[in-house]
Amino acid sequence: MLNLIIIGFLASAVAPFIYKPLKKYFGWIAASFPLYLFLSFLSRYREVADGKIIKEYIEWIPALGINFTFLLDGLSLTFVLIITLIGVVVFLYAGAYMQDYEHTDRFYVYIGIFMTSMVGLVVSDNMITMFVFWELTSISSYLLIGFNHHKEKSRKLALQALLVTGGGGLALMAGLILLSQISGSLEISALYDLNETIRNAPTYTAIVILVLIGAFTKSAQFPFHFWLPNAMEAPTPVSAYLHSATMVKAGIYLIARMNHSLGGTELWQDTILFAGTLTMLFAAILSFNQLDLKKLLAYSTLSVLGTLTMLLGIGSNLAIKAFFIYLVAHSLYKGTLFLVAGTLDHETGTRDVSKLGGLKKLMPVTMITAALASFSMMGIIPLVGFIGKETVYESILELDYWGLYLIAIAVLANALIVMITILVGFKPFWGARSSTPKEPHEAPIKMLFGPAILAILGLLMGIFPNTFIGKLLDQSSLSILSEELGLKIKLWHGFNLVLLLSIVTLLLGIVFYFIRTKLLHITQNIKLIRIFKPSEWYEFAINGMMYIAKLQTKILQNGYLRNYIIFILVTAIGIASFSLYNVRSELTISPDFSLTFYEGAIALIIILSTFMVITSDSRLKSIVALGVVGFTMGVIFIIHSAPDLALTTFAIETLTVILFVLVLYKLPKFLKFSKTSAKIRDIIIASSVGIFMTLMVLYITSIDLVSEFKKYYTDTSVPGGKGRNVVNVILVDFRAIDTLGEITVLAIAALGVYALLKLKLDDRDE
Amino acid sequence: MMFSVILSTASRYLLPLLLIFSFFLLLRGHNEPGGGFVGGLVAAAAYALYFIANGIDEAEKLLKAEPVKLIAVGLLLAVISAVPSLLAGKNFMSGIWLDTNFPVIGKLGSPLIFDVGVYFLVLGIALKIIFSLAEEDK
Repeated sequence: MLNLIIIGFLASAVAPFIYKPLKKYFGWIAASFPLYLFLSFLSRYREVADGKIIKEYIEWIPALGINFTFLLDGLSLTFVLIITLIGVVVFLYAGAYMQDYEHTDRFYVYIGIFMTSMVGLVVSDNMITMFVFWELTSISSYLLIGFNHHKEKSRKLALQALLVTGGGGLALMAGLILLSQISGSLEISALYDLNETIRNAPTYTAIVILVLIGAFTKSAQFPFHFWLPNAMEAPTPVSAYLHSATMVKAGIYLIARMNHSLGGTELWQDTILFAGTLTMLFAAILSFNQLDLKKLLAYSTLSVLGTLTMLLGIGSNLAIKAFFIYLVAHSLYKGTLFLVAGTLDHETGTRDVSKLGGLKKLMPVTMITAALASFSMMGIIPLVGFIGKETVYESILELDYWGLYLIAIAVLANALIVMITILVGFKPFWGARSSTPKEPHEAPIKMLFGPAILAILGLLMGIFPNTFIGKLLDQSSLSILSEELGLKIKLWHGFNLVLLLSIVTLLLGIVFYFIRTKLLHITQNIKLIRIFKPSEWYEFAINGMMYIAKLQTKILQNGYLRNYIIFILVTAIGIASFSLYNVRSELTISPDFSLTFYEGAIALIIILSTFMVITSDSRLKSIVALGVVGFTMGVIFIIHSAPDLALTTFAIETLTVILFVLVLYKLPKFLKFSKTSAKIRDIIIASSVGIFMTLMVLYITSIDLVSEFKKYYTDTSVPGGKGRNVVNVILVDFRAIDTLGEITVLAIAALGVYALLKLKLDDRDE
Repeated sequence: MMFSVILSTASRYLLPLLLIFSFFLLLRGHNEPGGGFVGGLVAAAAYALYFIANGIDEAEKLLKAEPVKLIAVGLLLAVISAVPSLLAGKNFMSGIWLDTNFPVIGKLGSPLIFDVGVYFLVLGIALKIIFSLAEEDK
């Protein structure tokens, strides 16, 4: 599987180079790549359906337990097949849809990276590897939402999606690390048998909360749902692919994957159930006011994501079965409808439902495709969506206590989804023809082919459910629950309560559709109080962060070098004095104190020069005196046989003086001397730093400095580093990576100095 | 800046001597006091002396290369020095040495390449700062 993923990233990297010469056929070429992945994984279908779990292991960082461990079981195969199949359709579709965009080549790079990471995410068994792919999907999603980066709105909303999912990602990482500490392994499959241990661990609650924050942000569950409708800013193929069929399901995948190890407690099940139900209901209600085709679909996606989460929360055998059927059904019809919405937008120039109508003669193929997908979405027999909704209802009715309330909520939410479906899937094609910004005609074949295939697949799956998903269902459920279900999937369940509920849902949806037009002018005037909108919380947090950032920049980075130095020194000695205070008993103030003549003389010179530095009224004198201090320090190094240090000190001091002299030319004469208060402040800071350093040196010389490292380095310098100069061998060989980091910092600092010098302050005013 | 004939003449002779000294420091660094860092500083000081004596234009003309390029070359050499260790399948940046002893240079190995990189980088940084400060005066 690793080779498939490497091929994926390579293909994404190559895309821009073959895009330009082959622009006309690029949709077909690009689609061949997900098709290849799809077929490669499809060839494993029989093995997996027979109960084999395909594993692959390649070492990455074995010392940390981080490896490319891939695992293909029912759950991951289901997801991989969805990802790659919708990928084929979207890649092909984008070939025509994105033609007039700028930088379409980049689009294919991003979406290629996304698809590959998404596949990597669902087949990874190693938590860290999975997390890396998880973050890669967030980043590629950011790039794709902000694809029209010249628009400020795109950039802002892309950032919002990134911050919400990225913040959740951090929580997830913390949760995974805590989890791995219980098991001592980073492999998810190693956790399967540890459910008992994990549930009794003291960190269990923290793990559940952190992992669920990760999952809920990614899958846009309440209260993190607001980024998803905003992500509709992306080009439509992206919305169809990332923000309905695949990426937003990653969080749900995570919950499903972790159910084995974390599931079974009230905390886990109830939180998921509650968040899922809440999202299912409120997303559907919020869609009521929308007019934009894509926003309508986005809210219905949210509602479905809520339903899927709710099913995992119920966690019964039937619910898991419903989960899989609904997952597959939703990916098929929602992908289709999003692409249909894109086609309508592309051909008519508007996405406003109230402006669309009567297109059935002009766009017959799109109309049929849309109708098929819509029937599935509404849950009409014989499409797969029907089986999905029936099973969902059935699993809810099984519940004892909450069943009655939940079924009412589910029917209401689904009725609203029916309303959305009529708005998106039927209204644009029927009724009176209204004028649109562009003269509409049927879309090119690239944009018709894919959605049509998905729609037909939804029909076939409904009629032959056993052939398509039945076989994989048992194995998929095993990835979530530990027992085999032995469930059969069929289209017709007979005349029963569930069927009645389906009919009620449909009728209610149609009623909603008709009263919607009457109610719209009232509902659109209802404004939610700001505190109830999570998006406002986000705004508040962002603004607060910016405010604090500005405030602290104003205090800490106010442009006066002396203040920077004060902050650095005070912070450093503040923290270090505390540790010094803790070891005060070990401090011996009377070390053996024998001063040679030279040392005494040098000390005297240093004291005199220092006095000159602070009293002189000329900068040049101060700098020369400071140089004297530096050089005499070098002499001390020589006396104590550290020629390396002395050499470097001399060279540095020479250059420092030269630099100072060069800077001096630009400075005016000393005109303003420090005020008395400032002088007192400086004296206090300077003397406390001096006292601190003295105590520090006394402490260091009073403790026994036999360290393992010293011996190790002196012993191995010649045989290991082939050099007698231990300091240099450490710098260029033993700790060469540190040095590499340091010289990189130096290089950047030099560029910074250059930039600061070339920055003309007058330019800033413009 | 004031012009001194004596300093100007002396710097012409001192510059090559100081540069040789800086190479000497660089090469002996592995066994005796010295190394790329100090070597680079001495070389920078040599050019600084030349600049003080002859002015910025002369100094820039003499150096020929743009200091930023020296920085880039330095970093590049430092990174390249890691390649032998990777090719040998050892840990990243572990030293690889040739067995033979060369005259003047002594033992040849990847840490030496690294040190040469440090030398150029330090030289480039010091000169970049000095030159850009000096250019401002014009």
